[in-house]
Amino acid sequence: MAVVRIPPVLRPSTDGAKEVDAAGNSVGDVLRSLAQTHPSTESQLFADGGDLNRYVNVYLNDEDVRVLDGLDTPVGGNDVLVILPAMAGG
Amino acid sequence: MSPSGAEYIRKIKSEIAEVDPTAAHELAGNGNGVAFVDVRETDEFDRGHVPGATHIPRGYLESRIDGAVPDRNQHVVLYCASGQRSALAAKTLQELGYEHVESMTGGFTLWKDRGYEFDVPRTLSPEQRERYSRHMLVPEIGPEGQQKLLDAKVLLLGAGGLGSPTALYLAAAGVGTIGIVDDDEVDLSNLQRQVIHTTDRIGTPKVDSAQESMNAINPDVNVVKYQTRLDGSNIMEIIEGYDVIVDGADNFPTRYLLNDASVRLKIPVVSASILGFDGQLSVFAPYEGPCYRCLYPMPPPAELAPSCGANGVLGVLPGTMGLLQATEVVKLIVSAGEPLIGRLLLYEALGATFTELKVRRDPECPICSREPDEISDEEMGVFPDYEAFCAAAG
Repeated sequence: MAVVRIPPVLRPSTDGAKEVDAAGNSVGDVLRSLAQTHPSTESQLFADGGDLNRYVNVYLNDEDVRVLDGLDTPVGGNDVLVILPAMAGG
Repeated sequence: MSPSGAEYIRKIKSEIAEVDPTAAHELAGNGNGVAFVDVRETDEFDRGHVPGATHIPRGYLESRIDGAVPDRNQHVVLYCASGQRSALAAKTLQELGYEHVESMTGGFTLWKDRGYEFDVPRTLSPEQRERYSRHMLVPEIGPEGQQKLLDAKVLLLGAGGLGSPTALYLAAAGVGTIGIVDDDEVDLSNLQRQVIHTTDRIGTPKVDSAQESMNAINPDVNVVKYQTRLDGSNIMEIIEGYDVIVDGADNFPTRYLLNDASVRLKIPVVSASILGFDGQLSVFAPYEGPCYRCLYPMPPPAELAPSCGANGVLGVLPGTMGLLQATEVVKLIVSAGEPLIGRLLLYEALGATFTELKVRRDPECPICSREPDEISDEEMGVFPDYEAFCAAAG
């Protein structure tokens, strides 16, 4: 199980949880598993075609999955996925 | 009978090696890595010194030489005004195990008389030396770094949560010119976090209130006020000429607009944002590292972008993030340490955790993958009709 870190704006969709364990062997699998458990995250993470929304940054540990293999990036049991939205508060 | 002072110095000179200024000048010119150490007092050094010389007043020689010349095999040429104090200093270095030490005969006076080049540093006033004395003692800053701070021009976007602590500390640090862009007035609800403002200034323009606080801390700071909102028509004119920009804007349109304009003008931006108990921080140095659009190609929709409306934030949080910004600004100005370029720092206050993520340049970035002169006015700050989106979301 990988750990997915949930940003504040998505926590209402995860019953307030800051971290969620989710199963899967790839970034896409882990995030779809998260969306199955917490359905309201799905539209926030995925576009209609099943790709990640362009405004959602996802990091495998400290690396942006866009420079890895995107949703196909392999994920191990000890990995951490960070979901990161832009914030504009100042 | 005890020797006279002159006899003592003669005796010391017989026990050390000396070098004539002409030979020393040749040594300096042939690139053999000779370390010149000036052992005179500060006021003498400030009136002129051998270019590149390290200044260690003789009274501090033993305590500071290890930091300045750690290698005992380094060729060291010591000088003072006439060659006496440097002879005594050479003896000291010999006793400390320095293998190749020479005292320059005739000192700086003869060096100058022979017409060799010398530097006259710009100096700080006695009041400035006292005010910034704790910076003077930090090797990474010192008098040269302080001079850079005094010469620096930093623009703050917003005199709000992030801008308040940043402005106060940059003013205290002696940043010579600080511009502030903010069209707002001080409101009672600001004072839970915007510590540059005060209760008795509610209703006054934030730029005026900020200037009053900054000059109260440091009257030397030249505060340039822009009581306006940045937009495509004024941004290039406002930000041009600044060395560093501090982004504490409270909305996405301004952040994208600033990014695009700062890339065009190649001005680094120290960017932070806050929400609730979370903060983000990075330094966007155009063409050296990624830009804001490389990190965030698109802003989130309104429901995921609480900046569209009023939102809660821990009052202390902008203090934490603003001071991390101020620290990055000082580092950029004095060229110290490793700036947060290509890295995004996340702070989560409830868990008291810091997380660092890598940020890469996007080879397809619509802005920084192109040369500055290829980016037009019309392209700046462009993204899906976000302002309308926010307005619709209320």
